[in-house]
Amino acid sequence: MSGSTRFILLKKKTVFLLILLLSGVVSAKEKQQPPENLSAKETQKKEIKDYIMHHLQDSYDFSLFSYTNDDGSHVYIGVPLPIILWDNGFKVFLSSKFHHGETVAEADGNFYTINHNKIYKTDQAGTITYDEDHHATNFAPLDFSITKGVVSIMFTVFMMFFLFKNLADSYSKNSGIASGAGRFFEPIVLYIRDDIAIPNIGEKHYKKYMSFLLTVFFFVWFLNILGLTPLGINVTGNIAVTFCLALLTFLLTNFTGTKDYWLHIFDPLGSTLKWYAKIPLYIILIPIEVLGIFIKPFSLLIRLYANMQAGHIVLMSLIGLMFIFKSWLGSPLSFGLAFAISLIEVLVALLQAYIFTMLSALYFGFASEEHEHHDEIEAH
Amino acid sequence: MEKLLSEFSLGLFFWQLLLFVALLLLLKKFAWKPILDAVNERETSIKDSLSAAQKARDEMQVVQADNKRILKEARAERDALLSEAKKASIQMINQAKADAKVDADKITAQAQEMIQNEKKAAINDLKNQVAQLSVDIAEKVLQTELKDKEAQEKLVEELVKEIAVK
Repeated sequence: MSGSTRFILLKKKTVFLLILLLSGVVSAKEKQQPPENLSAKETQKKEIKDYIMHHLQDSYDFSLFSYTNDDGSHVYIGVPLPIILWDNGFKVFLSSKFHHGETVAEADGNFYTINHNKIYKTDQAGTITYDEDHHATNFAPLDFSITKGVVSIMFTVFMMFFLFKNLADSYSKNSGIASGAGRFFEPIVLYIRDDIAIPNIGEKHYKKYMSFLLTVFFFVWFLNILGLTPLGINVTGNIAVTFCLALLTFLLTNFTGTKDYWLHIFDPLGSTLKWYAKIPLYIILIPIEVLGIFIKPFSLLIRLYANMQAGHIVLMSLIGLMFIFKSWLGSPLSFGLAFAISLIEVLVALLQAYIFTMLSALYFGFASEEHEHHDEIEAH
Repeated sequence: MEKLLSEFSLGLFFWQLLLFVALLLLLKKFAWKPILDAVNERETSIKDSLSAAQKARDEMQVVQADNKRILKEARAERDALLSEAKKASIQMINQAKADAKVDADKITAQAQEMIQNEKKAAINDLKNQVAQLSVDIAEKVLQTELKDKEAQEKLVEELVKEIAVK
């Protein structure tokens, strides 16, 4: 990269940061309300637990950090994000109106409040009614807010687009050889093609799945890595995101399924048995096979979700231990542990992306198989 | 399960689906297709040039084998030519020797014949001369005998001496 382009990039970065700052980094002050009849240590433990739980969930504002003032009030540093609600027409306002869930937000004469990270319609006083299971019974409008997770996804989408567009362009500019960051990513692209797609799907059909496999691999990997940054993003540990990815795998598998794929599900024994012998077996076999269609992508979504969620919980708990120990021995120990777990999490970030891609490719392989299971059964 | 369902956010799902599908389609058009095409092109060109190199190597080997064979043939031909020439020269020398011998023999024979002839002629000549001398001596003896006996004898003696000297 030449000096001038680097300068321009730096300038771009500075401008971006300025916009970020000017667009409203707000510091809000709230009164701290320490719960009664709890010891200081228990308060702290509860605080850490709440903090972890809060971190794991999506958030309506992009808070970088918060601290407690000398006068006992919380100060939040971060960027409020737009809230978009469908409640007889779109209601759009900034999340700073909620003051981090402490107050009721008003839009077009309607009042909304955040309860357990969900937006409910309420009155001016912010009353929430609960049923016997402690679930809020207030009306919840359709929520299309640009949350922290959505911002992170957008960032990843832009980053991936520019990264791989650059790689694609570098081929024509550099006579068929990748240049720049693409040199690092090209072998990974080739690895996905040669060691994930072709062995699992086969030389004949792999091409139509390549775009999905590549996109999903880098998307999950980048978001996993982004989750390890101090920004505290937890997108791939969110059930809605993993559900969406698994749903796409599910749809792709079943909509590209060949005749043999469906035959395998509804006639798994093929011509090895007479039809009357198959009936009692099929009463059990077919439901299992049909369930398998749904269980396969479901395992994908739970695996990714649970792994990322667990990683974040372990890491943040270890960091939280530092504040609980507050000793010369305990704190360095938990720091060392947190550091080791962080390194493992970097590996897990890659591993989970690999597993998701690998298993998706495997399912696509099932979907595009052709006349192989008959031989298989004979071989058994 | 209930916790999972309560955590599920429709909004996030909506945005994720929208953004991911948009990313997928954009990357498919602008990135994955060009990247995979470029890589494929590069791979086929590498494969082609490798096979071309192999082909050239094979051709080279054929040419080299040809060269070797031609060289071998040329050498064999040269050897054959040389040995033939040697044979011819030897034959020629032998022929020449034989011819020379025949000539020499002829010359020797001729010379011998000539010598024989000369010898014969010389002997004949000698014979004639001896006869002549004998006649001359006889004549002179006869002449001297006619004068004096002593002188005659003396003469004969002298003559004989002369003959002996001669």
